[in-house]
Amino acid sequence: MRRKTVLYGLLCVLCVPFVFPTWWMVTSSLKPVGQIFASPPSLFPSGIDAGAYRQVFTLQPFARQYVNSLYIAAVVTIGTMAVSSLAGYAFARIRFRGANALFFVILVGLLIPSEVTIVPLFQMFHRWGLINTHWPLILVPIFGAPSVLATFIMRQFFLVLPKELEEAAQVDGLGRLATFWRIALPLARPALGAVAIFTFLQSWNLYLEPIVYLSSPERFTLPQALTQYVDAYGGPMWNVQLAAASLTAVPVIIVFVIAQRQFIEGLAHTGLK
Amino acid sequence: MTVRTPARTAVTGRTSAPRKAGRFWTARRRDHLVGYLFVAPQLIGSVIFVLVPLGMVVWYSLNEWNVLAGTFDFVGADNYRRLAEDPKLPSVLTASALFSAGLVAVNLTLALLLAVLLNQRLRGTAVFRTLFFSPVVVSLVAWTIVWGFLLQKNGGINGLLSVVGVTGPNWLRTGGGAMFSVIMVQVFKNVGLNMVLFLAALQDVPASVYEAARIDGAGAWRRFRSITVPLISPTLLLTSIITVVGSLQVFAQIAVLTQGGPGTSTTVLVYYLYQQAFQFHQFGYGSALAVLLFAIVLVLTLLQWRLRRRWVFHEA
Repeated sequence: MRRKTVLYGLLCVLCVPFVFPTWWMVTSSLKPVGQIFASPPSLFPSGIDAGAYRQVFTLQPFARQYVNSLYIAAVVTIGTMAVSSLAGYAFARIRFRGANALFFVILVGLLIPSEVTIVPLFQMFHRWGLINTHWPLILVPIFGAPSVLATFIMRQFFLVLPKELEEAAQVDGLGRLATFWRIALPLARPALGAVAIFTFLQSWNLYLEPIVYLSSPERFTLPQALTQYVDAYGGPMWNVQLAAASLTAVPVIIVFVIAQRQFIEGLAHTGLK
Repeated sequence: MTVRTPARTAVTGRTSAPRKAGRFWTARRRDHLVGYLFVAPQLIGSVIFVLVPLGMVVWYSLNEWNVLAGTFDFVGADNYRRLAEDPKLPSVLTASALFSAGLVAVNLTLALLLAVLLNQRLRGTAVFRTLFFSPVVVSLVAWTIVWGFLLQKNGGINGLLSVVGVTGPNWLRTGGGAMFSVIMVQVFKNVGLNMVLFLAALQDVPASVYEAARIDGAGAWRRFRSITVPLISPTLLLTSIITVVGSLQVFAQIAVLTQGGPGTSTTVLVYYLYQQAFQFHQFGYGSALAVLLFAIVLVLTLLQWRLRRRWVFHEA
């Protein structure tokens, strides 16, 4: 009994740095500007002031930036799922000549932080006239280094997946493509789910790439936009930044809380283990 | 159309496979073709967006590139000589090492502690698991902005401290405080990920092993050290590789919280690279820094991979 109390106490204390910031972000964004640095700090806003939320949309094309982030993340997620499941399946199931060598070539991407290649990639996209467009933020994650981990996870998943079902389907006259699409892919749903989640989060969090490639506010993504709410002296407008941050974070948290079981277990039970 | 036979049979009993569409497209050859087509997008992507840029960054690092004047001259090892003589570089490498070491140590310890706590037979652990994991889904920059706000001199952290009568420092404006803050902000953001991986590994450890150890009189710490750690060592290895490589890539937190300051105390390698290449337009020198970053990641990964034989109890 005493052990239980101690454990619960410990868990509650450890929770504070994980939960308090989100609480503080939302409540502070609703406080009038004069109150957000009040001492002693108040855990609840005394009155609700939505002024900061109005400013979020008047100072920048925030709705547009929200759509930018959402659609880029969605396209990258779907693209990565397609590319990585095809490659992962082939490397696990099809014995074609040179498969091991090609797999090794692709694995190099795991060792290369995207920061290493940002200068040449910037020059490449510059030459192609794609600076200040969303193309670099879409093409590189889907086909480049970030998707290699996804391919690796898909391969590991297919390697341990029993292949009797697929063999039976092929005996029944199903071709490779149909076997992949109708039998293997539906079975790979847990791995695909994990790939989808971390690809989405990765794209959603991207910061270095947008600030390198994008220059006009209506093309910005959310992380980049959040840091642009500054006053005339370059100091952050805290209440507006916090309001924008809340608008960015809260919807994702809600989706996460609803789907948390699949979310966490999906991530835990894939090739990453 | 040929009648499709499973790849296996096609390999061993090729002659018996009926063919109508000509001799060249045997079932086996078609299967090979499908294999190449399936890996083609990833392979071509890797060549265009990974291998070619990697070669280019090495080439750039051997050249002096003036964007404004439009000149691009071969200078050999000049950029690397400059690297060796750069008075800022020692402090940049120290900051990177401090950040990575601190992050990996705190992250893995806390992740393991949380996973062990959540693995106890307790009601409501799912709720705590969700809470510990929730920062993972919060946008990185949003999370960093909130912490930047909390860590102001008159912000929430010092507000909480003043309630218990402690005067907190100006966290982001003192060298040690800034480094500590940047590490902790990153730990709280992502420790949930490692926690979940550890938890999944812990749940795979058979309870019977613990029972046997208990009967033999092993205490809790002994059981943890001699059973838990060896049995989850493959996961420990993997998470430590991911965490080390990830720690070398920290950028957004530095850019938002400290801009590398105060002084250069939090200017880690990636931030310095960004400054040189994209703020001072020193593409040649920036590329030399990128090559250095790549070399560090490569060496660390190979080192950990080597060590796995000594540490890892069994290969997963």
